[in-house]
Amino acid sequence: MEMETTISLLDMRLLVPELTLICVGLILMLLDLVVRKKELIAAVGIAGTIVALYGTYKLFGFYGPQTAFAGMFVVDGYSNFFKLIFYLNIILTICISLKYMAIEKASHGEYYALIMFSTAGMMIMASAADLIILYLGLELMALSTYILAGFMRKQPRSNEAAIKYFFLGAFSSAFLLYGISLTYGLTGTTNLKGIAEALGALSIMDNPIAYLGLIFIIVAFGFKIALVPFHMWAPDVYEGSPTSITAFMSVGPKAAGFAVLGRVLFDAFAGMQVQWSAILIPIAVITMATGSLIALAQTNIKRMLAYSSIAHAGYMLLGIITGTHDGLTSTINYLMIYLFMNIGAFAIVIMLRSEGFQGENLEDYMGLSKSHPLASALMLIFMFSLAGIPPTAGFVGKFYIFLEAINAGYVYLAIIAVVFSAISAFFYLRVVMYMYMKDPVKEVTLTNSPSMSVALAVTAMMVLICGIFPSILLNLVKLSILG
Amino acid sequence: MVPLSWYIVLSAVMFSIGVFGFLARRNLLIIFISIELMLNSVNISLVAFSHYLQSMRGQILVFFVITVAAAEAAIGLAILIAYYKNNPTIKVDEINLLKG
Repeated sequence: MEMETTISLLDMRLLVPELTLICVGLILMLLDLVVRKKELIAAVGIAGTIVALYGTYKLFGFYGPQTAFAGMFVVDGYSNFFKLIFYLNIILTICISLKYMAIEKASHGEYYALIMFSTAGMMIMASAADLIILYLGLELMALSTYILAGFMRKQPRSNEAAIKYFFLGAFSSAFLLYGISLTYGLTGTTNLKGIAEALGALSIMDNPIAYLGLIFIIVAFGFKIALVPFHMWAPDVYEGSPTSITAFMSVGPKAAGFAVLGRVLFDAFAGMQVQWSAILIPIAVITMATGSLIALAQTNIKRMLAYSSIAHAGYMLLGIITGTHDGLTSTINYLMIYLFMNIGAFAIVIMLRSEGFQGENLEDYMGLSKSHPLASALMLIFMFSLAGIPPTAGFVGKFYIFLEAINAGYVYLAIIAVVFSAISAFFYLRVVMYMYMKDPVKEVTLTNSPSMSVALAVTAMMVLICGIFPSILLNLVKLSILG
Repeated sequence: MVPLSWYIVLSAVMFSIGVFGFLARRNLLIIFISIELMLNSVNISLVAFSHYLQSMRGQILVFFVITVAAAEAAIGLAILIAYYKNNPTIKVDEINLLKG
């Protein structure tokens, strides 16, 4: 039986931030026709993002948590915190890509427009309280990101990355749809709260269909956030895509995937916590193991960071596995920290790229501290943070996740995570060792620009501030999720 | 009247054929068609559930799935053509520039 529902025009106001980003994207495409300077287009993009950020802030400030469109779309602290991550992701990505896309000779206005569309999709995912909206947000995000991965269309590597990303992404969304259809058939609704009620009321926890739907949905998001064994696409796509888009993809879609996973598992399948934890625990362990161990053998830094990103997804999964709101808090806290340290690391990788020089091999970092001490010092901070060494933010993030895992009784998982974290320190510190303890083999010129300096300053500062004063960020996350 | 389980079995079989095609075939276009087959198998089950449950949600989702599949086809073929201009092949085994 369907509920009688009315949708008023007033519901649109909750969509204002998403609509702002989509309008900005359309404006950027038109602007590209008349404006020659890409800096102006990028500036309009950043300004539009700040307007959307203000909209999100005002919406939450005035109304508090509320739903629209017959409970399909929800604006609450949880979704707003993820939107903050997405806004920062856009701004930092645009800052690091300006000069880089010009060097790659792929500087088109559509690049910035697609970043806006993709982020609008992520925001819809974070706000989705219904499987239909969730699917639409996911596709808006994914379709835009496929194009961005293949944006350097003259370069075979970028073409190949787009093909691999597209086919595996489309494959995974078919799995998501199958999971949605099974869940819908069983519960008769696609609303997350409705699913939870139906599952509870029918007491069908041992129903194989509920199990199957859950597994299909987890598999689909496992593809999106690159969990092993659904990670095969990640290293190839991360290596072949434009480096700025690699930075964008390793944070945005991953955060959106976690936002949805958190909401679907905690809201819709809350009653099946034992079952989904049992599915996720082995996935988390092999994700951490594969990511950390295969990264040891990489010589291309983008590929190495891809495996590192897989390993980090494994750590973040621990917070979800706990099934508590504190655990979820630690995951979101980690995502925010990961945004800063990962984009910072990719910014340095981008700086090494100059006209006629790829700068993606680990050997290119040999003796970098002799010629470019500041850039090396920043890379050192980001590598320490990714490895989880105090006083950087990476340590704090890992600390809270492991702490929550122990609080929830998963001591063995925390021990496994610490072991793989120690192993992963090897390949992060190898970069540092190359920079500081080897002699330079070739002259490396860094490509700098004002926007790049801003992005590096912000990311490095946030990594240090969150590392030294961890409670600021953690309290903000707690405030937005719990209160 | 055809019972619900027939539709669900048909949908499951079609989905499995799609998954098999995706994993086993070596031609990108056939793989693409396999993905479409998977999406359409989901449509069958959604419509069947929708009719059986007397609820419209499933049919609404089907319309969205069809629309998104069209957009996906446009983008997928565009990516394929961009690839083909640089490397004239659509055999999966020959797409091996990125590895390690």
